[in-house]
Amino acid sequence: MPTKSTNNHKLPKCQTGIRGLDEITAGGLPRGRPTLVCGGPGCGKTLMAMEFLVRGYRDFGEPGAFMAFEEREEELIQNSASLGFDLPRLIREKKLAIDHVHIERSEIEETGEYDLDALFVRLESIIDQVGAKRVALDTVEALFAGLANEAIVRAELRRLFRWLKAKDVTTVITAEQGKGTLTRHGLEEYVSDCVILLDHRVTNQIATRRLRVVKYRGSTHGANEYPTMIDEDGLSVLPISSLNLKYPVSRDFISTGVDRLDTMLNGKGYYKGSSILVSGTAGTGKTSLAAAFVDRACRDGRKSLYYSFEESPEQVIRNMGSIAFDLGQWVRSGLLRFEAARPTLHGLENHLVNLHKLAEQFKPEAIVIDPVTNLTAVGDFREIRAMLTRLIDFLKNRQITAVFTSLSEGGSAMEQSEVGISSLMDTWLLLRMVESANERNRIIYVLKSRGMAHSNQMREFLLTDQGIRLSDVYVGPGTVLTGSARLAQEAKDRQAELEKTQASALRHRELQQEREQLQAQFCAIQERLRGLSEELSVVAGQETERLSAAKEERRQMVTARRAD
Amino acid sequence: MVQFKTTGSTRPRSQKKGWLFRLYVAGQTARSIGTFRNLKRICEEYVSVPFKIEVIDVFKSPQLAVLNQIVALPTLIREAPDGPPLRLIGDLSDTEKVLTGLGLRP
Repeated sequence: MPTKSTNNHKLPKCQTGIRGLDEITAGGLPRGRPTLVCGGPGCGKTLMAMEFLVRGYRDFGEPGAFMAFEEREEELIQNSASLGFDLPRLIREKKLAIDHVHIERSEIEETGEYDLDALFVRLESIIDQVGAKRVALDTVEALFAGLANEAIVRAELRRLFRWLKAKDVTTVITAEQGKGTLTRHGLEEYVSDCVILLDHRVTNQIATRRLRVVKYRGSTHGANEYPTMIDEDGLSVLPISSLNLKYPVSRDFISTGVDRLDTMLNGKGYYKGSSILVSGTAGTGKTSLAAAFVDRACRDGRKSLYYSFEESPEQVIRNMGSIAFDLGQWVRSGLLRFEAARPTLHGLENHLVNLHKLAEQFKPEAIVIDPVTNLTAVGDFREIRAMLTRLIDFLKNRQITAVFTSLSEGGSAMEQSEVGISSLMDTWLLLRMVESANERNRIIYVLKSRGMAHSNQMREFLLTDQGIRLSDVYVGPGTVLTGSARLAQEAKDRQAELEKTQASALRHRELQQEREQLQAQFCAIQERLRGLSEELSVVAGQETERLSAAKEERRQMVTARRAD
Repeated sequence: MVQFKTTGSTRPRSQKKGWLFRLYVAGQTARSIGTFRNLKRICEEYVSVPFKIEVIDVFKSPQLAVLNQIVALPTLIREAPDGPPLRLIGDLSDTEKVLTGLGLRP
């Protein structure tokens, strides 16, 4: 099969285990070949070389040999201990061998031709001691300083790299960066399979580290400069993990924490794994809305992370207690974790890495960043945007629902988020202050929400001691009434309604009375009618009697007269 | 072809007087042998104190190369009771430089 054959011809890779580096090198360093790691002083070359070996054994079971030209073994052990690497144990278990090579030019007289066979012998010796698959040479350039005959050193280094390839060990060679060149002594000429450049610079008094894969023969690789950081877990590189926007999407929902807001979205809340921007001017209730979200998430048993750039955890807990969100209980039960730091504590990258690490360790389902706009203190908009892109990609990949609050300055347009991040967001809730009748009242509306038929209504946003309540705003002709103006208008409406009701009741009564009167008249007439009928029949009876009496009289008179 | 015996272990500094030369080489190559020959000649011509030469093959004893910080080959280390060890690298073909390295030339 064609796919299989391409796989067979693919460059074999050697995973470094260094967070992020394997992603941008599409699987690691070229296996069985040397890789050059260059950079200025203090950029983390030695650390990277050591981490390559330590992780190599810890994560992939491959022992390593470290040849140090600059630091002695004890120094390496001490320096690595601060990163949690227990070198003495690895050395005891014969998984790591270190040889410190010391050359002091002033102590050596050169008396003729020589070679560096002893270096090869020593290297081979430590490789064989532990059966090393990975080798680090830090910093091989010390040979140029220690030996006068540069031609010999160059020839021998060339031979060394060939020899290492033949040994089939994956090697990391560190080198000091030169002025305008990758390395001071042009090592990149010899080690041309893979070159990684580390950089450490200070901008606006904040130090940032970066890493770039300058070249990688026979492999695709990310070509950008990637933010890098060194902390107690070693080196981390931050790739934009989803250059191709391939994150999973969910059809599940997570509640906003405010029932009526759920209704406004689609009845269920935010999409799980989506990014939500809550923007508004100062004091519009952004933090409260974020607190409602985490409170509900915790109530539903979801782990949540609250990253605060502005307030201490205690302050957030106290303040949210006043609107009936007891966040303290979730902190105690371990569902909620606060992380509070001034943005200027460290550079953007560190914040990002911190978030990455927290998210990986704590595995939250919901996360709040409050407020994201405070990062402007440590980076310009472009950098923040880049960082947020990375962060959002990361969170989406892990299906973590994130609420970002964003402070809009009073003067700027409301529907323009401070750091130009709205296009990254799936749902955008806008909180606004409305001033009328000597009052400021909050209103909320859904500016956008991708993938759902959301409400177009504005709601008044009330912070009460029973929590957040949304209520209808009074929309009159050309005005939106909120607060007591709304209450007054509602009272007026109720009064008018009452009057209308009363009027109709009165009319009802009148009609009823009229009907009753007519009914009474009707009864009287009927009575009279009956009386008349009776009289009539009496009169008729009398007439009949009179007629028959007259007839009888006539008959008697005839009889008396004896007529026939 | 001059043959030389190599030793696998260095004895403690037993030279109470006189010099001990330790010559580190890699195998019995032409360069190793040439270097040994150069050393012997220089010693016989210029060294007035008693001397002893030990040849160490780092292929056979890599640990000695580690222990004594040998990088380049051949390396010559001269130990003497009255001074710090001196270190020379190369095939000792440049006699003037060897003599400078051994402190026999001002």
